[in-house]
Amino acid sequence: MTEREYEPAIQGERLALVDLLDRVLAGGVVISGDITLSIAEVDLVTVSLRALVTSVSALMEAAEDTRENI
Amino acid sequence: MTERRWVWMYGVAGDDLDARASGAAGVGGASLRTITAAGLTGIVGDVTDREYGEAALRRNLEDLDWLARTARAHHAVLETVAGGGPVVPMRLATLFADDAAVASMLRERADDFRRALSLIEARSEWGVKAYVTKPADPVVDSEPQATGPGAAYLRRRRAALNASKDARSQALASAQAVYAELGRVAELSRLYPPQAPDLAGQPAPMVLNAAYLVSDERAREFSAAVARLAKSHRVVELALTGPWPPYSFVGEDSPG
Repeated sequence: MTEREYEPAIQGERLALVDLLDRVLAGGVVISGDITLSIAEVDLVTVSLRALVTSVSALMEAAEDTRENI
Repeated sequence: MTERRWVWMYGVAGDDLDARASGAAGVGGASLRTITAAGLTGIVGDVTDREYGEAALRRNLEDLDWLARTARAHHAVLETVAGGGPVVPMRLATLFADDAAVASMLRERADDFRRALSLIEARSEWGVKAYVTKPADPVVDSEPQATGPGAAYLRRRRAALNASKDARSQALASAQAVYAELGRVAELSRLYPPQAPDLAGQPAPMVLNAAYLVSDERAREFSAAVARLAKSHRVVELALTGPWPPYSFVGEDSPG
């Protein structure tokens, strides 16, 4: 393992989807109240998303292939 | 009759954002607009009811391709507008009925947004994940205690099982040490649940999924600390990501 691996190298298209979903579904400012449509059940969405392991794995493999071809 | 539209909100900046936010395309391809109120600038775009209305959202959020595309578009806007100053990110799928609703929310929550803006000024979020390093091949006694291939097989199985259990508990201890040590270079930290190996696209189990808010002045120091800790904790493999918009440090359930 070299220090080079600690140069962050994952912006733009190569950004890992799961890291992004952790943040945009569980982070950020949440506005509640009847003026917004902000979905209160976003946690449920995350849970069911995490159950979709097969399709996510497929997505990850596709992303991995793209990365290797760059 | 024109279709109903919703106002998708990306984030909130101070009052000097307009030039940076104009023109770029956001979620659904619509151009960004800004709405100012109470000395704050809301960064928004218009989206259709057909794709982003309540019923459509419930359906679409379960569609991974749609979710991936939308999350990336939301993120790309935040990255574009964050270039020149702090922007408080909103959670994905924060929608308003119209501009007036955005303005009234900005006025109502102005103090919160100003506090968040000063917290994230000149600071960025970094992610650090730790995976269990693949254990070395277990050492098997060369002295046979029992004869026969069956006994030798069982001994090997047991040794392999113990080795992987040890690797995991050592990795957990290292992950805790790494988490605490990096906290000394950061302003704030937050733990996410470890990602499942299938989701993370990494066969090794994840033992740490942390986010840190780090002063931009100390960003080099932070990545150097990650590299140093990786050398002193061989039982884990570390991955550094970022800089991120400060998603993990502006919400109600964030620390601080």
